[in-house]
Amino acid sequence: MRSIRDALIAFRRTPLLSVLSITTIAFSLFAFGLFGLVALNIREALDRLEDRVEIRAFVADGTAPESMAQAAGDIAAYPEVLATKSVSQDEALVRAKKELGDFRDVFEGAVLPASIDVRLKPGFRDPASVKRVSARIRAFSFVDDIRYGEEWIEKLYRLRNVAGIAGIVLGLSFAGVSMIIIGTTIRMAVLSRAKEISIMRLVGATDGYIRRPFLIEGLAKGILGGLLALLLTYVTRTIIDRYLIQTIFFDARVTLLGLLFGAMLGLLGSAFSVGRHLRRV
Amino acid sequence: MIRFTSVSKSYPRTGTAVDNVSLHIGRGEFVFFTGPSGAGKTTLLKMVYMEERPSSGEVRVSGTSSVTAGDREVAKLRRKLGIVFQDFRLLDNRTAEQNVAFALEVTDTAPAMIGPKVARALTQVGLAGKGTAFPRELSGGEQQRVAIARALVNDPFVLIADEPTGNLDDRATRGIFQLLREINASGTAVMMATHNLELIRRQEFRTIEMTRGAVVFDSAEQKPARES
Ligand SMILES: Nc1ncnc2c1ncn2[C@@H]1O[C@H](COP(=O)(O)OP(=O)(O)OP(=O)(O)O)[C@@H](O)[C@H]1O
Ligand SMILES: [Mg+2]
Repeated sequence: MRSIRDALIAFRRTPLLSVLSITTIAFSLFAFGLFGLVALNIREALDRLEDRVEIRAFVADGTAPESMAQAAGDIAAYPEVLATKSVSQDEALVRAKKELGDFRDVFEGAVLPASIDVRLKPGFRDPASVKRVSARIRAFSFVDDIRYGEEWIEKLYRLRNVAGIAGIVLGLSFAGVSMIIIGTTIRMAVLSRAKEISIMRLVGATDGYIRRPFLIEGLAKGILGGLLALLLTYVTRTIIDRYLIQTIFFDARVTLLGLLFGAMLGLLGSAFSVGRHLRRV
Repeated sequence: MIRFTSVSKSYPRTGTAVDNVSLHIGRGEFVFFTGPSGAGKTTLLKMVYMEERPSSGEVRVSGTSSVTAGDREVAKLRRKLGIVFQDFRLLDNRTAEQNVAFALEVTDTAPAMIGPKVARALTQVGLAGKGTAFPRELSGGEQQRVAIARALVNDPFVLIADEPTGNLDDRATRGIFQLLREINASGTAVMMATHNLELIRRQEFRTIEMTRGAVVFDSAEQKPARES
């Protein structure tokens, strides 16, 4: 109880620094949260996209349907392949018109190449597997050209990594800044209470007792920072959800982990600097 | 009760402050420490409450050894010691009562016990009527009495006083000294460093004189303790 009261008093004594500590902790977690959400949603999108990953092998004009069927059967036997489907020129046209909806007139009188569409088994949908299977299919003499989502997918993968790294770098930077500010706050608090602390020592207060209010103060700031970050992240996500694209949010476990991380930031920042500064009183 | 065994203390920049001191102080004794400025009196007292540890040798205080005691044990030891200084070291924003209570609050004393203990300590030092006064509203002598009350409130077995009258006029000095004698008469040992030779000369108490870190006279031995 005394510790909580002392923490509140300390809060009132240096309101600006306290608010600054909480805000930087919040920004640190907000950075983690925001870029974490980007990474999370890209991964989610990739999962859905990978479901549709197809290798489309375009077949030269005039290839006999029997040869195509034969090849489709061979390819379907590859260990990585889930299923294959032969698409004739006519079918390709129908599909293109359906996919493009209002713009179907564009295809009036056009000729689209026939193709063999290949779907891969889950677990073989990463860029490397796609490339390997494509290379084998390319060996069929009547295969003109091969398309797969290569660039798309690699870009998304890269974007996810960039978002992850950016989140970590930014988050750690803010975490560092929050540590410095917490350290400054505690230095000032320790100095302003130097006489009190030296008397506590003199009459036999334990180190743990002297530290406790500082640690509780740090913990409280960490938790408040965490809650603020959660609020910021949630609001940002809601805005994006409403006006831009549908997104998913962290599950309860990850959210709790984030709050815990905030609490740790506050607590460790305090513990570290209180130990250092108390030694000098 | 308090035993120094071949204790030396040297500081990095200033060199030897206490030089090979061995002495024993028994329960309920009253001991003066004298000697010129820089003789090592303050350093010696600091080693009793383990603010400083010996560079070599051992200080034992009521079962606590300077060689092995950790921070926690030192804290526990200090609850059984009373310590006062020349500059009183009171908290300006607390009343006399609150200053005395502070020593109990920060050492996990049951709240119900605090009030009665504080009242008793203030009565003992003759300040029963001034509990609600702030330090700035008290004379120097009265402030030192508050500090002594704070030192006594945990019922220490020894009161360590480093020039407790250094900031006081003659009258206040006599008052404080009289108080220390009463405290001693009730069974608490007193270790007091002072420059006031007049005070010492009129007393029958044990006197230890230090020069350049060494004990050069100890009235308990009735001869120079050590030539150097
Ligand atoms: N914290 C310290 N760091 C370095 N040297 C110190 C420290 N404290 C004391 N000394 C040195 O130790 C020696 C003894 O100092 P001490 O304070 O014990 O003397 P004293 O007998 O109490 O003197 P005084 O009568 O002036 O109070 C001095 O030479 C002093 O410079
Ligand atoms: Mg001194």
